Amino acid sequence: MSKPKIATASLAGCFGCHMSILDIDERILKLIELVDFDKSPIDDIKEFTGRCAVGLIEGGCANEENVRVLQDFRKHCDILISVGDCAIMGGIPAMRNNIPLKECLDEAYLNGPTVHNPENITPNDKEIPLCLDRVYPCHEVVKIDYHLPGCPPSADTIWQALVALLTNKPLELPYELIKYD
Amino acid sequence: MSNSKSKRVIIEPVTRVEGHGKVSILLDENNKVTQARFHIVEFRGFERFVQGRPYWEMPVLVQRLCGICPVSHHLAAAKAMDKIVGVDKLTPTAEKMRRLMHYGQMFQSHALHFFHLCSPDLLFGFDADPKIRNVIGVAIKYPELAVQGVMMRKYGQEIIKATAGKKIHGTGAIPGGINKNLSIAERDVFLKDLKQMLEWSKGALKIAKDYTVANLDTLKPFGSFDSNHLSLIRKDGAMDLYHGNLRAITADGKKIFDQVDYSNYLDYIAEEVKSWSYMKFPFIKSLGPKKGWYRVGPLARVNTCDFIDTPLAEAARKEFMAVTGGRPNNITMAYHWARMIELLHSIEKIDELLHDKDLQGTNLVVKGQRRNEGVGLIEAPRGTLFHHYKVNDDDQVVMANLIVSTTHNNEPMNLAVQKVAADFIDGVPNITEGLLNRIEVAIRAYDPCLSCATHAMGKMPLKVTLFDYQGNEIASKTKE
Repeated sequence: MSKPKIATASLAGCFGCHMSILDIDERILKLIELVDFDKSPIDDIKEFTGRCAVGLIEGGCANEENVRVLQDFRKHCDILISVGDCAIMGGIPAMRNNIPLKECLDEAYLNGPTVHNPENITPNDKEIPLCLDRVYPCHEVVKIDYHLPGCPPSADTIWQALVALLTNKPLELPYELIKYD
Repeated sequence: MSNSKSKRVIIEPVTRVEGHGKVSILLDENNKVTQARFHIVEFRGFERFVQGRPYWEMPVLVQRLCGICPVSHHLAAAKAMDKIVGVDKLTPTAEKMRRLMHYGQMFQSHALHFFHLCSPDLLFGFDADPKIRNVIGVAIKYPELAVQGVMMRKYGQEIIKATAGKKIHGTGAIPGGINKNLSIAERDVFLKDLKQMLEWSKGALKIAKDYTVANLDTLKPFGSFDSNHLSLIRKDGAMDLYHGNLRAITADGKKIFDQVDYSNYLDYIAEEVKSWSYMKFPFIKSLGPKKGWYRVGPLARVNTCDFIDTPLAEAARKEFMAVTGGRPNNITMAYHWARMIELLHSIEKIDELLHDKDLQGTNLVVKGQRRNEGVGLIEAPRGTLFHHYKVNDDDQVVMANLIVSTTHNNEPMNLAVQKVAADFIDGVPNITEGLLNRIEVAIRAYDPCLSCATHAMGKMPLKVTLFDYQGNEIASKTKE
């Protein structure tokens, strides 16, 4: 029987959750034995090559590309997991939700003390994606099956959840692993 | 917009997928490159939304800028907050704990970049089958090396945990000090593996050096150009990754400014805004936006410093400088070698610090006269990191200005892309696999942290679409 596949994505986040995956350290070699990686920043696979057992999502949705990627993951993954604060609640990036987007852009590109912007432009080229009005947690965009809390969740949390799901064991995580930091 | 005779080539790294950065290239009717741009496609707005938050949250809050080198943001913000609480000098225990945290960070980040990310290029070559040219390929073909990479990163991460409380997004540094010291038991765990880490670091440096020297003719022109360089420097001119004054030099090594107190950075640095990137373009004010751009990071630091104060790294620096006859090294691909010199320097520093009894001190925090403004700089793994805050009398942040390391390298990364595009695409109507690889390699030399996805794991799956002058898609190629 072929190995199950897992896929991972980083949306609007800081990549800390992917770093926490790497913090499983030597167990990475075991993970490679247990699964095949499909679409993920840890390999070269750009488009899904088939159905995935598990998709791990880091980060919330802050621009149009994030939404498209998340929808694509939902389509291809049996189980979709929000990993970390940003995916679950929007996280720190969602702190901009109480502020009009224009104010955030103005601060960065017009008002900052080092800004040199004689033409008063704000980045708007068609090559860069539009920001959403606010940052959305993943479950407001697609159905999410599990949430692993933490900023980031610890390597042990991620490891135990993955192994349980991939070996069809019940997912029982002690409080220490799922408490929020 | 392109004129009617031009073709447009879009190279999208992970971004279409992960949304971080992409490349666009314009060709004229003879397929000559007229424009190549590296677009940064993410915007988060930290400068605005931290306003109104209490200042003491900053070291914990703003490190969410980056999960790859969170310690750098943690410490840069903490250094700025030291100023806010009126502290100009920490206790020896606090400063040394922070330094240990930082060198742990430098060690893990450089190890991650080298082993997980760049070693596949070095080991398998730019033109190797992309299927094996990744970290899993390394694990299969060179399992010993892959394990070394994993264990070195782990060592750095464990140091961060012992000093900051958590491997990612810790809370160790607080305004005016640190919240714990290093116990004897914690220290002894690190001392046990220290020799091994030193040996492996020497090995990694040798790989980077031998590779660069053996391929110097190919690497010299690859995405390379003369540039200014900027970094922090110690008072005596030594490399110092935790603290110092600003020094900027020209491509020839002439000093543009030196020993500048970084609290005055506004007099020296500005950032240009361009419509096609969410990342700004910093430059040295006295030289203007056209000539004032510069590079930061390992290459710049090795170039700007007069010496390194640890013996093995200093010997390595001398070898490095000998290649360019003592002139600053402007070879883009030499970043990797410089990075491994710093890896070795970091473990030598960790060695020094672990043997320092001050780490077991109990005097952790200093208090001072409250101020309303603070600037904190640090040399992050990818380069000089600027944090600047103003705080009102109610302790709320009212202004935040952040110039992150990778931003300084924005123009250089664009130039590297332009250079590689011009060298390898000119007159070629098709997009070759080799071009995709080479653009990826040129960007990766900077270890950019803008598109963490791309940078962290080392592989940028690229999609290139070629349009004719009417905007019709005529070819598309995806690098699997």
